[in-house]
Amino acid sequence: MAKLNVNPTRMELTTLKKRFSTAKRGHKLLKDKQDELMRRFIDMIKENNELRKAVEEELGASFKDFLMASAVMSTEYLEESIIFPKERISLDVKTKNIMSVNVPVMEFKREMEGDEGSIYPYGFANTSAELDGALERLYNVLPKLLMLAEVEKSCQLMADEIEKTRRRVNALEYMTIPQLQETIKYIKMKLDENERGNITRLMKIKSMMQEQEQNQ
Amino acid sequence: MYKIAVVGDKDSVLAFKAIGVEVFPVIETEEARKTIDRLASNNYAVIFVTEQVAKDLDETIERYNRALLPAIILIPSNQGSLNIGLQRIKDNVEKAVGVNIL
Repeated sequence: MAKLNVNPTRMELTTLKKRFSTAKRGHKLLKDKQDELMRRFIDMIKENNELRKAVEEELGASFKDFLMASAVMSTEYLEESIIFPKERISLDVKTKNIMSVNVPVMEFKREMEGDEGSIYPYGFANTSAELDGALERLYNVLPKLLMLAEVEKSCQLMADEIEKTRRRVNALEYMTIPQLQETIKYIKMKLDENERGNITRLMKIKSMMQEQEQNQ
Repeated sequence: MYKIAVVGDKDSVLAFKAIGVEVFPVIETEEARKTIDRLASNNYAVIFVTEQVAKDLDETIERYNRALLPAIILIPSNQGSLNIGLQRIKDNVEKAVGVNIL
């Protein structure tokens, strides 16, 4: 690992030592964050996977029914019957903080317009039973679909964050910390070497001076 | 207050209309892209897109993946699932964990 390009001075050594301890602390914190994120992520992604499979299955069934309905009924009638839905769905989004990742928490508001009667926005005279079935299924799958939206988005955001954290941890672990260690070692060696050089020089001068005195 | 939208081919999304979700039928890729961009900037928090439409819109969807809102969620169309949604879950796992553990 290459050492940093610095002057081997005492001042530099102090700065580097400070940086080294900061880097080590940062690395530990990030590593902890990564572990906890991963734990949460795995729980969530499992839920996501199951939810998606269930939703796709149910949605597929509902589409099949709807396809049957549109085959039995004429297109005009079909469109006419569902053009004015009884219900309106809106949602409220708050954010939740999971290990510094902001994930959305969605709250859905289904406001039934009018009575609490049937969910169907049409009379039964001109519509087929398949349409009723399709809409009922779709209506039942909707809460799951909305939950899927929330979970899947959270998973996406967390996956991104985990990737980012992992890069940082790796950069610290395999680049910054070894570099700092190497450089600190290098400066220490250099300073020690200077010290030894100095002592030898002094000893040499002393012996030279003694020799001169004896000769006089 | 945020809204929900469904984008996809007409036959698939029509059913959603009946249960009170706003639907935006699209046919061409370009049209779909513009619709999604418009919805995203118009206070829609959840946009359901059929896989049939989404398969050509990787870039656009990827762009919104990083943002908190909107959540673009793929749903199967009436021609069945293309498994893009499940594939995306797998991709997420691989991105985060490194290997597919599911």
